[in-house]
Parts: sequence; structure tokens; C-alpha cells
Amino acid sequence: MSLSVSDLSFSYGAKPALDAVSFDVAAGRFCALLGPNGAGKSTLFGLLTQLFSSADGRIEIAGHDLRKSPRAALAAMGVVFQQPTLDLDLSVRQNLRYFAALQGLSGKTAETRIDAALDQLDMRQRAGEKARGLNGGHRRRTEIARALLHHPKVLLLDEPTVGLDAAARQSLVAHVHELALGGISVLWATHLTDEVQMQDDLVLLHQGRICARGVTGDLVGGQPLQDWFLAETGVVA
Amino acid sequence: MTYLPAFRAIVIREALRFVHQRERFIAALVRPLVWLLVFAAGFRAALGLSITPPYQTYITYETYIVPGLCGMILLFNGMQSSLSLVYDREMGSMRLLLTAPLPRWFLLFSKLCGATFIGVLQCYAFLAIAWAFDITAPAIGYLTVLPALVLAGLMLGALGLALSSFIKQLENFAGVMNFVIFPMFFLSSALYPLWKMAESSELLHDICAANPFTHAVELIRFALHGELSPSAFLWTGIAAFVFMALAIWGYDPARGMVRRKS
Repeated sequence: MSLSVSDLSFSYGAKPALDAVSFDVAAGRFCALLGPNGAGKSTLFGLLTQLFSSADGRIEIAGHDLRKSPRAALAAMGVVFQQPTLDLDLSVRQNLRYFAALQGLSGKTAETRIDAALDQLDMRQRAGEKARGLNGGHRRRTEIARALLHHPKVLLLDEPTVGLDAAARQSLVAHVHELALGGISVLWATHLTDEVQMQDDLVLLHQGRICARGVTGDLVGGQPLQDWFLAETGVVA
Repeated sequence: MTYLPAFRAIVIREALRFVHQRERFIAALVRPLVWLLVFAAGFRAALGLSITPPYQTYITYETYIVPGLCGMILLFNGMQSSLSLVYDREMGSMRLLLTAPLPRWFLLFSKLCGATFIGVLQCYAFLAIAWAFDITAPAIGYLTVLPALVLAGLMLGALGLALSSFIKQLENFAGVMNFVIFPMFFLSSALYPLWKMAESSELLHDICAANPFTHAVELIRFALHGELSPSAFLWTGIAAFVFMALAIWGYDPARGMVRRKS
């Protein structure tokens, strides 16, 4: 498994946020982490990216235990945060160079990787533009290109479509599905059911617990995902 | 070698960020210049300074406060970078930095070096303007002050870094101004010598003498005259080490204050 989470629990003081969460994402799979606001998605992402850690449970990235060998685990992971991370005063290429350097890439290797990642996201022609001049969709694409520079095995995206219009959202979802077809494992956190396709893996997180997991089409059994989601989480539409 | 490109990139990013914020550079210079050219002019009549080391002759009040104002630049710069760290954390670029596959202490130290570099540049710009107003130090002092500025900058930057790990929201930053910057600056030897302070209150004198900022200022003062103050060097070094350790602890994923509802 490229990403494996087992028995992960976490609480903010006395308030539990995650309770015995376990799931796996295989290589080449797009896994949607679906949950309403406050389900614990951001907490899970905080733990996956080692912003904070928990003594309970285990996270493995490409076979590396995040607690025992954090650097190897982080090196195998690309992350697109919910919050913007681009320096708006720098060009797209300068932003990517900075991240490449953080991953230990410099010189020709970095430039080649940057070109390849920009090509992959159809952003090559915008490389010289300042990030401030890009629209929301292109900023997100740049962030995804950034997250792919070091050839990670796992790509984590925390509600990456927040603030994007419908067309940009659709295109981003399609792009990331293509990336998964290329062999990378994708964990895509969202509360929007239209971003999930029937062949995707699905982990339904609600109130810090996993309510369901499996292939989306199998789970919903023919009903629209939106209806199934609302029924499972007990939210009345 | 993973470390070198990362270190270089972090320092260059700090520098570029500073270059892009021209107002910050101007503000950083105006503040000490107001003290030097306006306040000092008023205070010089009120304050009589006797000859104390490293000065071998009577000096003007302006000459006395130059090292303290260099300290002020570094103090504000340290706090400014702390502010930007809190902002970065809310924005996500701090998260990006902390997910780099490098030891966290190294990432924080690189960030600290970047901030110190900016602070030292500002100090030299300030010293150049002071020189233009005929407030000068011995020529060799401009060279020997460099390591002192670096160490003082690292110490105050590390303090900012440590604070940033404990400040949960950007809004709480005003508190830092009131409870850190002002007491640190006024309870130090930046504006008046410690013996002068002792004349009015022994307690205040003792507080000033314990303030790491006092030692940073004295380190700069002696270095600007081509001399080394071993005790100031030692205390500044120890304070830098302690603040850095505190920052690393604060940013530790298992124990630190970064653990919060986000």
C-alpha cells in the first residue's frame, strides 16, 4: 500500500477529533476522503503531514513509518494544502524552484523537473508570470505542479477546490484523476460529492470516525452519491 | 547534498520577500533614525554621560545610543519575522516548509539565518546614515561589529521564532509589542547606561542587567569600538541557544504549540 493509516486517534485536549481511523490507498488509486465540515479531515491532514503527531495509531507512506522515519516518509509525499502557499510576488518558476530546493533539487535537475511538472499541468506557458497574476484555478495547478516536483508516490490534497469556479473545479478534478492513472496514489479531501467518481475509492469520515469505505460505486448501490452521503452522515438536505 | 540548496533557498526567499516590501525597509530605518536625530537631540541636554568603557573620552548622547538602536533594529526585525511566521502558518507556507524532508531544527535555523541576514543589512544601512550625519565609530569597528550583529540578530530572531510557536493567532501579536518589545528595549542599556539606572532604582538596574537585550546591545557597543566584551558575548550566546531550543520545542509536532485546532 502506498498510504496506510491504522488505528489513528487524536484529540484537542479533551475533545476527540479522530477516533481509531484506519484506511489504505493503493498505488494508482484516487481515494476521496469525504466528510462534512468538522468531520476531522483537516486534523487527519495535519497528522499525515506531521504538522502535529499522535501517539495513538500508525501512518505509513510508501512503506515508511511517519513516526520512525519522518524524512523518508515526507520525501515520498506531495501535499497541496487548503491554504495557499505560493509567494505571490514571485513567478511561477521561482515558486517551484524554492520548493525544489527544499526537496534538495537544484540546477539542471530542478529545471527539468519543473518543466515536466508544468507540462503535466498545462502550465508551461505561464512559468514566467507572477503568481499574483494567475487566477485561482491556475494557482492551484501551480501548487499541484509544485507537489509533484520530487516525484512523490503519494499526493495529498486538502480541499483543493475551495474558492474555484465550476469549470476550474471540474478541470482540476479531471487532472488529478489522470495523475492517479499514471500510478500515483491520491488522497483527495472534500465535502463536495460531485468531485468523486464512481470508480474512485471512498473513505467517509464523520465526527472523527470512518462510517464507510470501499469503491464508491459499490458503496452507493445505484443511488446518487449526494443522497447516500446525506443519509450516512444524518444530515437533512 | 540536500541541506545546502534548502538553506540557500530559504535565505534567498527571506531576502526577496524583504526586497518586495519596500515599506518595511523604510519603516525599519525611520524608527531608529527618529530616535537618533530627534529624541537624542533632546535627551543629550538632559543626560550627562561620564566616560565608561569602551569609550575613552566624553561622547555625545547620539554616539551612545547608536549600538542600542542597532539592537532595536534587530529586535524589531526578529519580531517582524515572528509575525510573518504566524502569518505564514495561517497561510500555509509554514506548513510547506515544515513538510520538507529535512530535520525541523535545520529548517527553523535556516529561516532564522535568513531573518538575521536581513536585520544585519538594515543595521549597516542605519550605520551608513548615522555616519553621514557625522555620528561615527572607529573604522575597524564597522568590520568588528559584524559578528556581534549576527549573534545579536540570531538571539533576537530565535526569540521571535520561539514566540511565534506560542502565539496562536495573528491578532495576539499586539500583546507581543506590549509585553516583549517595549520592556526589552526600555529595560536595557540601549538608551541609558546601567549605572544611571542604578541611581534611580537598584531593582530596575538588576532587571536591566539580567535582560538579554542589554547584553546584545553591549556586545554591539564594544564590537563597534573594535573590542570584545566576553560577558556580553557569553550571555547573548546562551540566550540565543536557549531561545532556539525553545523554538525547536515549540515547533515539535508531538509536544509543541503548533498542535491546535486549525
